[in-house]
Amino acid sequence: MDRLALAGLIIIFTLFVVAVFDGFLAGNKPIVVRWNGGLYFPVLFRYNELEGVETVNLQQGSRKGDFALYPPLSYAPNESDLLTVLSPPSISHPFGTDDRGRDVLSRMIHGTRISLSIGFIAVGIAALIGILLGGLSGFYGGKVDFIVSRLFEIMMTFPVFFLILTILAFRDPSIYNIMIVIGATGWTGIARLVRGDFLKLRNYGFVEAAIALGGSDFRIMLRHMLPNALAPVLVAATFGIAGAILVESALSFLGFGVPPPTPSWGDVLSQSKRYVDFAWWLVLFPGGAIFLTVTSFNLVGEGFRNAIDPKIR
Amino acid sequence: MKNILEIRNLRISFTIEKKPVEVVSDTSITIPEGKVIGVVGESGCGKTVTALSVMRLIPDPPGKITKGEIIFDGANLLELSESDMRSIRGNRISMIFQEPISSLNPVFPVGDQIGEALRTHLRVSKSEERERVIEMLKLVGIPAPEERLKNYPHELSGGMCQRVMIAMALICRPQLLIADEPTTALDVTIQAGILELINDLREKFGMSVLLITHDLGIIAEIADEVYIMYAGKVVEHSSVKGIFERSSHPYTKGLLNSIPDMRERKRALSAIPGNIPSPKDFPTACRFQNRCPYVIEECRINEPPLREIMPGHHTACFRAEEVGSGA
Repeated sequence: MDRLALAGLIIIFTLFVVAVFDGFLAGNKPIVVRWNGGLYFPVLFRYNELEGVETVNLQQGSRKGDFALYPPLSYAPNESDLLTVLSPPSISHPFGTDDRGRDVLSRMIHGTRISLSIGFIAVGIAALIGILLGGLSGFYGGKVDFIVSRLFEIMMTFPVFFLILTILAFRDPSIYNIMIVIGATGWTGIARLVRGDFLKLRNYGFVEAAIALGGSDFRIMLRHMLPNALAPVLVAATFGIAGAILVESALSFLGFGVPPPTPSWGDVLSQSKRYVDFAWWLVLFPGGAIFLTVTSFNLVGEGFRNAIDPKIR
Repeated sequence: MKNILEIRNLRISFTIEKKPVEVVSDTSITIPEGKVIGVVGESGCGKTVTALSVMRLIPDPPGKITKGEIIFDGANLLELSESDMRSIRGNRISMIFQEPISSLNPVFPVGDQIGEALRTHLRVSKSEERERVIEMLKLVGIPAPEERLKNYPHELSGGMCQRVMIAMALICRPQLLIADEPTTALDVTIQAGILELINDLREKFGMSVLLITHDLGIIAEIADEVYIMYAGKVVEHSSVKGIFERSSHPYTKGLLNSIPDMRERKRALSAIPGNIPSPKDFPTACRFQNRCPYVIEECRINEPPLREIMPGHHTACFRAEEVGSGA
């Protein structure tokens, strides 16, 4: 695999780690607390015993051996501090704060999980619909193919972004609805790839042989044809994730995205609209993160494509 | 003797450019239990379509069986439901194809593919499946079967792949094996081995074989009876001996004359003049009329029926007796 794709893969892996361990990196809950002889993990669970305990005061440790270990960045994504509104990057706020005094880095760390899960789940939905419809269309051909092909041609004539905006204007823009809408509008590319591959594979000897051995249609599609058609789907899905993350950011930027105060990169970026002339940190950091992530997924997709394309090798 | 398969008056047509074109006309083939029946003809004469129709694998549309019956073990296959048909395919009737390498799925190991029919039809346990796959690989003469079943198709040679195909087809012990040009894609030395294998397994399992080929040499080697097809019709049917000793259709004669004979040195090989006509423009009456050296006026007016010119020897030619007696 080429070096750029590898770099992309490393960045994606890092983002995954950040997304999974967001609470350990930034937040106002301690990671570990030792209090009255018991060990507690407030990042992961809620403890009634710790109700009313000022864990902040335990940070330095105490006589009884009690202590609290906080994440390196001790601000919660939605914790606002009106004394530090719109402060530029400093040691305590490495990426600065927004107009409500919320820490930008913390919001971005917690937004990673939102952005990545929207990317993956939306593409998962798109791949499922695409494989199903494309597969049926390519396998049965004839009337089924005619109907399904027209369906995705109609789908493709819509400017997808405006379609999504329109749908979200009528529906409650929760994170699940955004995933479903992006997935339900993004399956045409995958469907076309699978249809093409299935049309080709349908005439292959081993498919005929599988029919001659008495396999059912479903079994033949799933076990014999799909594994042979999966490589291009993987490539398309990787590009699709980049696209979905971008669409989500754009939606949030326009105010149609995940509802506030849920942190997402697009949401942080949208805060910058009014202060763009001086609050450069509100533009640079979330914008850079979106750019880096989308580029990484595209590089990995490119790497996959080169790996499966015999003409380039 | 009981007949395992009877194809009666089969007619198959394909819709080409919106017009129905008959590619198999009024064909009857009978396969007695335990015998090897050969079907011989040029490319495009309808032999593969006939074989596929037994498995009900003709793509519909454009293909359609318009008339006839296919009786397998007492039941008309053309009247069965698709799910009943599925339980017959690979289980009681199996098929092996011309191109062994492309007939195997490139993404699965061969052991997995051989076991597939077992899993589909008999629902055996994992360990029993493995055991039977290994046993079958031994039967088809693949050395070190425990190792080979983990191999992918591209790691095996063409001859090996054909043996794997045979193992796949026979693992459920079918009563009838349809072999569609099983050796065409293989080297001559490997051909003989594969034919011997099919013949051995036929005896071992007591199955019948429908062997489709364009090579009369293969027929001479293992078939019991032979049907010669030309342009979608059976033109001659007899025992193998009858065909080689007293071929009485001009087309069969032409085929035999195009095989090199080691006893005669100087004779140039004769080819049958012309090409097989496309099904769109089969001539009326006798379909061989335009290429036939024996053609008479009647051949262009009436269609010669398939008639018994000797016990067990049927020919569709008005001048069969003359053709058969030499000349």
